[in-house]
Amino acid sequence: MTTLSVSPRKPWRPKVGRLWPEILGAFFTAFSTLAIVAVTPLKGRLGFSLTLIAMAVITSATVSWIRRDRKAALNSVSTVFVYVAAAFVIIPLASLLFEIVSKGAVGFSFGIFTKDMSLTSADSPLSEGGLLHAVIGTLYVVLLATLISTPVGFLASLYIVEVRGRFAGVVRFFVQAMSGVPSIVAGLFIYAVWMIGLGNSYNVVAGAGALAILMIPTVARTAEEVLKLIPNDLREAGLALGATQWRTVAMIILPAAKSGLVTAIILGIARVAGETAPLLLTLGGADAINLNPFEGNSSALPFYVWKNYSLGNPESIQRAWLGVFVLMIMVFIFFSLARYFGRAKGANR
Amino acid sequence: MSATQQASKVLPESRKITTVPRISDRVFRGIVTAGGLSTLAILALIAFFLVFNGFEVFRSEGLRFLTGFDWVDAIPEEGLVASYGIGAMLYGTLVIGTLAVIFGVPVAVGAALFLSYYAPEWIRRPMVVVIDVMAAIPSVVFGLWGYFVLMPHAEYWAKLIHKYLGFIPIFDMPAPAYSRSPFIAGLVLAIMIIPIVASISREVFAQTPPDRIQAAYALGATRWTMIKAVVFPYGIGGVIGGAMLGLGRALGETVAVYTVLNLAYDIRIEILLSAGGSVASMIVNKFGEADAVELRALMAAGFVLFIVTLIVNFIANAIINRTARKG
Repeated sequence: MTTLSVSPRKPWRPKVGRLWPEILGAFFTAFSTLAIVAVTPLKGRLGFSLTLIAMAVITSATVSWIRRDRKAALNSVSTVFVYVAAAFVIIPLASLLFEIVSKGAVGFSFGIFTKDMSLTSADSPLSEGGLLHAVIGTLYVVLLATLISTPVGFLASLYIVEVRGRFAGVVRFFVQAMSGVPSIVAGLFIYAVWMIGLGNSYNVVAGAGALAILMIPTVARTAEEVLKLIPNDLREAGLALGATQWRTVAMIILPAAKSGLVTAIILGIARVAGETAPLLLTLGGADAINLNPFEGNSSALPFYVWKNYSLGNPESIQRAWLGVFVLMIMVFIFFSLARYFGRAKGANR
Repeated sequence: MSATQQASKVLPESRKITTVPRISDRVFRGIVTAGGLSTLAILALIAFFLVFNGFEVFRSEGLRFLTGFDWVDAIPEEGLVASYGIGAMLYGTLVIGTLAVIFGVPVAVGAALFLSYYAPEWIRRPMVVVIDVMAAIPSVVFGLWGYFVLMPHAEYWAKLIHKYLGFIPIFDMPAPAYSRSPFIAGLVLAIMIIPIVASISREVFAQTPPDRIQAAYALGATRWTMIKAVVFPYGIGGVIGGAMLGLGRALGETVAVYTVLNLAYDIRIEILLSAGGSVASMIVNKFGEADAVELRALMAAGFVLFIVTLIVNFIANAIINRTARKG
């Protein structure tokens, strides 16, 4: 028994024989760029990339104009620019990650998580001292900020989606606008209330309050998106069984949206974990571990980076990069968790 | 007959049908409403406390607070009166915000077009993740990278621009100081606003009706003519809104700008010169050694920044919401 199998054909695909102008064009672009850079005073990576872009535009436009018409030429030019734009997005990020790893991994060891900076001076080598105080400070601040902002954020999203009160539209609009509040303003506000108004001194709670203000809109907006994805059938089923709205929300809606709500919290944490400006105004900074969130100056990873950058000597600059490295690892962990939970039920976005 | 009467006597009273919510629901709605309105309350409190603390400065300086150029503490021994004005800083903020939009928005929109209409699937997915990752990078990281990595390159670019385009006033250089200029701050901010502008543009482009796109192709449009004729008319509002949202971010950015911008209490049009301004950076800069009076002035400056960014965000969100509904 013989089976007849037909391999699928794609008649819209250009045949290899028709691709030769493109291939020739690519070769011409590459060689002419090399030639121009070699002959003219254009030098370095900048000269090379600018020439490459210019030659790609000229070559592709000429080829399409000869083969078709002016519109095709314009299409080719725009294609080159769109690809260049995409490259411009990738290049800074690649450079950023490369620099963080190459400069931050230098002093990375287990020891930095066991020591603080209380007995280490700024210009002593990286093997001395550590950033345990900063890690603990960041964990404290972020945990407290999460405790403050999660209830408010969830209640705001419930108000917009479930209760749909008279001001739902207004609240939604203001929560959107709130995500644009500059972080320094949040810090100033907490300073005005907590320090000037209530007469407290620097402590972790103040920092957490400032971060919570920045975290609420992220939590509320993500939670709102998640709750909107819960099918209306579930709400109607709950009400049809005679449940009150409170029981419907608490027993049906929230459990159904659980993984999405976890995503909302984690995205909020990822948003504020690296915030620096509000912490500069509220934490006070410290070189030793402070385990009491209600009293005394404290540090945090962004604060540690900032302080070491400001000190300016080579060792502390290295410490700043080390802090950035640890901070980025933390942010990426939160970020991956958010993606994982978001994907678990497809409730995110 | 009597049997049914007997039965009707033991029938339970019919349930009262009412639309009045139970107590549990009333409590629930009360709490949720309070939580929802507390976001409004927080914004109102921010405005109130900043105005309350900055009131004296607003009263003593008047409109000069927005237009004045100096930031001088009082020195009683020399008979010097304090004078606070954020005019130069406001101008500088607008300059670097505008530069960020000029540099960043075309790249972000191009990248969004790439993701929506050019990229094959295997490149699209990782790049969407890459843009999300970029949005999660803290600003202090951008600040460090901008200062140590980008600035040496950017200074070289600035020298080239000055050399070949120096006859244009904004590229003029009164002194050869290229580091920490508004140009460099604009570049760093542009990179920082690319993720938000790109993701909003992508969302907006995704709402272009597919039948119009196919119709354009069927009529013989190239990819670019299709984008020009279909995608841009549908999405232009959202793109503008996204750009304004990016502008709002750029105006309020503090730490990244602080590291790559030299603050100067002067209005200069030369963007390559190492002298610029930013309200947010100035607040951090002055906060450390501020006395009680100067602190009030900083609160007032924070209030101005708050209002400016809030207005920009309001307009941006209004535009985006309208475009999103239309699509």
